Amino acid sequence: MRRITFRHCIALCCCLFGLFSLSTHAAESVSLDPLLAELGEAKIKDIEPILVRIEAVSDETVLPLLRTLLNGNLYYIKAEKKVIGEFETNGETYYKDVFTDEINAGIDKRDVDKIRVNNNLRGYLRNAIARIQLTSKSPSVRENAVRELLSKLDDSTVAALERLYPYESNKKVKEAMGLALAMNTASQTELAPSNRIAAIEKLSSSLENDVRNLLTTLTRDDNTAVVTAANIALEKIAQRANRFAFVDQLFFGLSLGSVLLLASIGLAITFGVMGVINMAHGEMIMLGAYTTYVVQLMMPNYIDYSIWVAIPAAFLVSGLMGVLIERLVICRLHGRPLETLLATFGISLILQQLVRTIFSPLNRQVSTPSWMSGSWEINPVLSLTLNRLYILAFALLVFIVLVIVLKKTSLGLNVRAVSQNRNMAKAMGVKTNWVDAMTFGLGSGIAGIAGVALSQLTNVGPNLGQSYIIDSFMVVVFGGVGNLLGTLVAAFTLGIATKFLEPTTGAVLAAILVLVFIILFIQKRPKGLFPQKGRAAE
Amino acid sequence: MTRLTAWFSEGRSTGKHTLPFVVILLGVTILASAANLLLPADSVFYVSTYTITLLGKYLCYAMLALAVDIIWGYCGILSLGHGAFFALGGYAMGMYLMRQIGDRGVYGNPLLPDFMVFLDWKELPWFWLGMDQFWFAMLMAVFIPGLLAFVFGWLAFRSRVTGVYLSIMTQALTYALLLAFFRNEMGFGGNNGLTDFKEILGFNLQADSTRVALFLITAILLAVIFVISQKILSSRLGKVVLAIRDSESRSRFIGYRTDRYKVWLFVYSAVIAGIAGALYVPQVGIINPGEFSPINSIEMVIWVAVGGRGTLIGAVIGALLVNYAKTRFTAIMPDAWLFALGAMFVLVTLYLPKGLMGLYGQLKAKRNSVTKKESQA
Repeated sequence: MRRITFRHCIALCCCLFGLFSLSTHAAESVSLDPLLAELGEAKIKDIEPILVRIEAVSDETVLPLLRTLLNGNLYYIKAEKKVIGEFETNGETYYKDVFTDEINAGIDKRDVDKIRVNNNLRGYLRNAIARIQLTSKSPSVRENAVRELLSKLDDSTVAALERLYPYESNKKVKEAMGLALAMNTASQTELAPSNRIAAIEKLSSSLENDVRNLLTTLTRDDNTAVVTAANIALEKIAQRANRFAFVDQLFFGLSLGSVLLLASIGLAITFGVMGVINMAHGEMIMLGAYTTYVVQLMMPNYIDYSIWVAIPAAFLVSGLMGVLIERLVICRLHGRPLETLLATFGISLILQQLVRTIFSPLNRQVSTPSWMSGSWEINPVLSLTLNRLYILAFALLVFIVLVIVLKKTSLGLNVRAVSQNRNMAKAMGVKTNWVDAMTFGLGSGIAGIAGVALSQLTNVGPNLGQSYIIDSFMVVVFGGVGNLLGTLVAAFTLGIATKFLEPTTGAVLAAILVLVFIILFIQKRPKGLFPQKGRAAE
Repeated sequence: MTRLTAWFSEGRSTGKHTLPFVVILLGVTILASAANLLLPADSVFYVSTYTITLLGKYLCYAMLALAVDIIWGYCGILSLGHGAFFALGGYAMGMYLMRQIGDRGVYGNPLLPDFMVFLDWKELPWFWLGMDQFWFAMLMAVFIPGLLAFVFGWLAFRSRVTGVYLSIMTQALTYALLLAFFRNEMGFGGNNGLTDFKEILGFNLQADSTRVALFLITAILLAVIFVISQKILSSRLGKVVLAIRDSESRSRFIGYRTDRYKVWLFVYSAVIAGIAGALYVPQVGIINPGEFSPINSIEMVIWVAVGGRGTLIGAVIGALLVNYAKTRFTAIMPDAWLFALGAMFVLVTLYLPKGLMGLYGQLKAKRNSVTKKESQA
């Protein structure tokens, strides 16, 4: 219930005065001092009126003061009739001026009194801060301020919004302000129902939580027309929210798919193209993740750029390890796939234990560069985390580069020749041993790159590779061995299927169902989604 | 007696180890049991109950290795999921032992095992019914692994999924079961599995005599299974199985339904693994989802590879040796065990393709070639 009262008018006047005061800033900062002295002397119940007056005569420069007060760190020096903020760094407390940031070393705890705040005041302060930010120069600060205010519209806030609305030039801010005003209109019971219904209709285009809360309250309104309008609006919002929830789920599915793609694409080369089964593939991913960790250790001041060093480094480390394994073990087991499986499994155990011995069995922390953290907020119900978005793009990029390498370079030509007919390729002068080592190195190196990406999403530990090996094999087998496009399709299919099953079945059961599905699928189509045709098949 | 010897060694070259193996196995078992039960604890020849249990555990592993060897060594099917059959047999036994606890659990519920009371379940799930009967539980311990192997094998072998594909599928199978058994809602005790057993058929599981009896039963069953497997594999059926291993398509063209042979051999092998699991659980006193983990299954393969695949005796020796090494290693240098295991995988596949049993042949062949060269020179 909000009435246009005398107090309302006063607040409006104050705000108008505040707007007026913007232009005459220099004079205000002088006139603030007596108010601050008053603030210091005041009892807790008298603080709010003083704050109203402070807000009325000030602009953005007063924000540090209000924030310090909100945190309960504002103190009053009785002797000098001044306020001062208490700050703490590394366990040391010191006092400094909230406006100038000047440290006041001569002040002792005994000279100052804390200016106390209670919950009421904190609420008021938050609103006041948001209201002052409404006049900020940056549109994004203004927009956030409006959204902040949505949940606590009071008379003075509404007045400020009404005052600023016509002058707002930024479209997004204006929209948000209009939304706030519509919320206010819709909740005024003494207004004409037709006005309120118009406002409610306007609200139905928003996805804000506060709007939904308000509409839910309105469904219990006395006026039946308003109730119907609110219900319709709620349903409309729910439909839109569902659509965005679907998009959200799809995004998570794509994200899981990109992880699977990265993990399995190296395998698609070593297993799919070369026909060598490498159980140590997961450990190549793990080596890549640990390389990221070591690179970050070596350049702690340049975390933002460390990724660009880590990607080639991981490619080299895992790739060289791959070449080493190929030369020492796999080339001696040529044409004996089951033995290769066992030997590479042994290698995976050794590598795991090696990492455990060097880096300890505990998980290691890899930090995310600042440009990858945070999220892209499309609207209040849909926000996409940036690191997943980047990894999705990265996975596709790696895939494209790999396809180009295999289709357009001489190495790719040799790889395909050897995989199709080893003896013939040899007869044509292809150095099959060299091609084998390079192919295996390439596949392993890509696994290393996958490790860099995974280190941004999961914990880096000795078991990192193990958790992906079965999934990667499933992806390659499902997509069809020897077919990179099949791997791509399979990775995204499985990722999306898992994420869409999860809400109904739970994460573990979803994983089980997907595994069972693949097992059954392979029985039906042993060559996968895209079986090889023509000469490439056997 | 001569007829008996003849019966034992009927399998020609592969069967010649059978009689000595059975004699040595049962002889050692009986001696160890007697040393445990009859000798005083301070005697030099006393065998502690801990050792008896450890030996019993090894024999279960040997039985499991036998199961793996039968399909891998003789039929060329590399299963990386035999741990699943072993664990399923173990769970059947574990469920029986759980029901035997009765109202002596922490919560004292006469019907429900502790973990169900903890989860606030009101009645026994349907698949726990009948598990308080020993015969029924034992039937399940062989039936469930057998059924799973039949369904999986029937699907896989009929559509000619072979080689590496099949290995990965079996691994996925045990991995899926691992995830499933970790869930509390499955009704198998979740993460903690089944444990805290009290007695089997009325005998206290902690008593020396029960332990020795379990050990003896394991040894006898191992001997029986060994002899039966030897018989099967040296029969006509065994010859077909070997033919399938060496050239499946040729056997098929000759007219054998190779998929049926493979399915039944797979089921037989799974049943042995289930029995091994059922014997394993009362001796170690716990069964948890960890038994389903793919690494366990793959370890079994290395036992067989070390001992020598394609020879039943090799599988048994491999399982005993590798597990003994594991016990020693994990006690002295826990960190080194995985290095040793990994190196074993690599070295055995590279240099000992026929395992320890093949080592003798390899050495002989080398000496022959050396002497040949000398005589030529």
